[in-house]
Amino acid sequence: MIAPRLLRDISVALLSATIVAAGFWTAAPVETQPARPARLANGKPNLNGIWQALNTANYDILSHSAKAALAFRPGPVVPVPAAGVVAFGAVGAVPAGVGIVEGDEIPYLPEAKKKQLENQANWLDRDPEIKCYLPGVPRANYMPFPFQILHSDKAIFFSYEYAGAVRNIYLTDPGEAPVDSWMGQSFGRWEGDTLVITVTGHNDQSWFDRAGNHHSDQLKVTERYTPQGPNHLWYEATIEDPQTFSRPWKIRMPLYRHINPDARLNQFKCVEFVEELMYGKFRKTPVQ
Amino acid sequence: MRTVIAVAFAAVAATSLLADQRAPQSTATPWAMPRTADGKPDLQGVWSNATITPLERPANVKDLVLSEEEAARMEKATGDRVEERNLPSDPNRPAPPKGGDGSTGAAGNVGGYNTFWLDPGERVARVDGMPRSSLIIDPPNGRVPALTDEARARGQQRMKMMAGRGQYDHPEFRPLAERCILSFGPTTPLIPNYFYNNNLQIVQTPDHVMILMEMVHDARIVRIGGTHAPKHIRPWMGDSIGRWEGDTLVVETTNFPPQQQFRGASENLKVTERFRRADATTINYRFTVEDPTTFTAPFTGEIPFRAMDELIYEYACHEGNYALANVLSGARNEEKRLGTKQ
Repeated sequence: MIAPRLLRDISVALLSATIVAAGFWTAAPVETQPARPARLANGKPNLNGIWQALNTANYDILSHSAKAALAFRPGPVVPVPAAGVVAFGAVGAVPAGVGIVEGDEIPYLPEAKKKQLENQANWLDRDPEIKCYLPGVPRANYMPFPFQILHSDKAIFFSYEYAGAVRNIYLTDPGEAPVDSWMGQSFGRWEGDTLVITVTGHNDQSWFDRAGNHHSDQLKVTERYTPQGPNHLWYEATIEDPQTFSRPWKIRMPLYRHINPDARLNQFKCVEFVEELMYGKFRKTPVQ
Repeated sequence: MRTVIAVAFAAVAATSLLADQRAPQSTATPWAMPRTADGKPDLQGVWSNATITPLERPANVKDLVLSEEEAARMEKATGDRVEERNLPSDPNRPAPPKGGDGSTGAAGNVGGYNTFWLDPGERVARVDGMPRSSLIIDPPNGRVPALTDEARARGQQRMKMMAGRGQYDHPEFRPLAERCILSFGPTTPLIPNYFYNNNLQIVQTPDHVMILMEMVHDARIVRIGGTHAPKHIRPWMGDSIGRWEGDTLVVETTNFPPQQQFRGASENLKVTERFRRADATTINYRFTVEDPTTFTAPFTGEIPFRAMDELIYEYACHEGNYALANVLSGARNEEKRLGTKQ
């Protein structure tokens, strides 16, 4: 039997804990962004804001363990990081992650699977991100950089920090894309409170991640953005490309809104940053 | 490109039609300022700032305002030139002479781009219906004010730095546009590049105005209100803060990086832009450039932005930039050939 005194002490402790917890949860943040209306004047959910995925899908959209590097060479005991990345040490290592692919499987056709493995083995030479090329869709949405959605009654525009990539979401059907492009052609429409964007007109150059996952120029991405409250969007994308995959497949993840009061999209115009990599060998005197 | 040229002609046709209707008729429905849900003038849409009116007034022209006859003459001369240069190239023409054929601009002294690839504009800039001889309206002579002694000294310093070094020695010596970092015209202010793709899109929300330039897919995001980034944060195109003064959007831009030069000004450059809707198809855009360390006086210009009923496509520059590698490796091969490589 528990002594009445002990019971009383426990109750007091529990009560205090509850009070502290309640205080913690209801305390106002020190400084907040000005209130943001949930909807625009035309009744559509307000998508304005700076958004970012918080996952490791840009390393590999499938589930993966942590590993020492993205590129390896044979070692005396186990493979060791490739010469081009060894200097990075722990910074060049890959963090583990839960995949974003539904069913955790990409239904490659046999030839396309072979190409993915080759891409992965030749990552340093082949990943378009290394050369600061435009990321394509859907990769742009889960790069480790934020993006800003500018949303008005007339327009929806995505501005990505990485490489200054942009997408204007056409709100009336522009018809077939006249030419293939890195970011594709986006046509958006609303299904209730979900923004559905059909992205076509992709070239075959962009990748899904640093693991060499790829597609052809027959790619069609159908994205769905559904608000889950003021600071979250649920993002899903259906991937179709009969030249590369045996069936459509789907990725999904939350997108989080930057809520700090001075949140802003910064600039990562990386073209300048890769000049030594791409053109260093053509200098009058190459840097030793 | 063909689409863009066709579009430019269509936009010109639409504009002149409107201009004709606007002046004499009093029975026409008066134009009402389009407004966003929060009551601000709606600047959104796709616009072109292409024009044949130069930034600076030619020395032989006195007045800012041209007569309609002068404007028509300039436009016809431009049209004739375009037509002539659009003739098919002779497939049997010989290689350009050693040292180049004297052609300038896009032809690059070796008969490069012909007019098919260019779209510098066909129309004289008209502000409130008046044809203009220069984009600069102040100082009254329509010219960029003289450089300060300090700016001239900086220029000489740069020349000294480059003395003995070749312009093809390193990628950093090549122009920003050739490196696919920025457009070949100024990006802030929005002065036309007199070359091609002078198209921009504006998207407007209560707290941001986004200005996308077709060239190099550069989106400048203007924050409405607030303060500039700290001095050491210097993004390409600068840091832009906007405010509404009545029905005019005023945007002040500072924090330019040292590599982004506008006629010798960069780190101390301040650009103030004013966007005012003039009618259904026009934004009157006014810019003031100030840098007391570079110019002996501020200067101001005006450019009409004409509405376009067309889409802007992706300008992926860097991804297809074979030229920069070729320019540099060509110079290395030439050195090898001449045996001048040390």
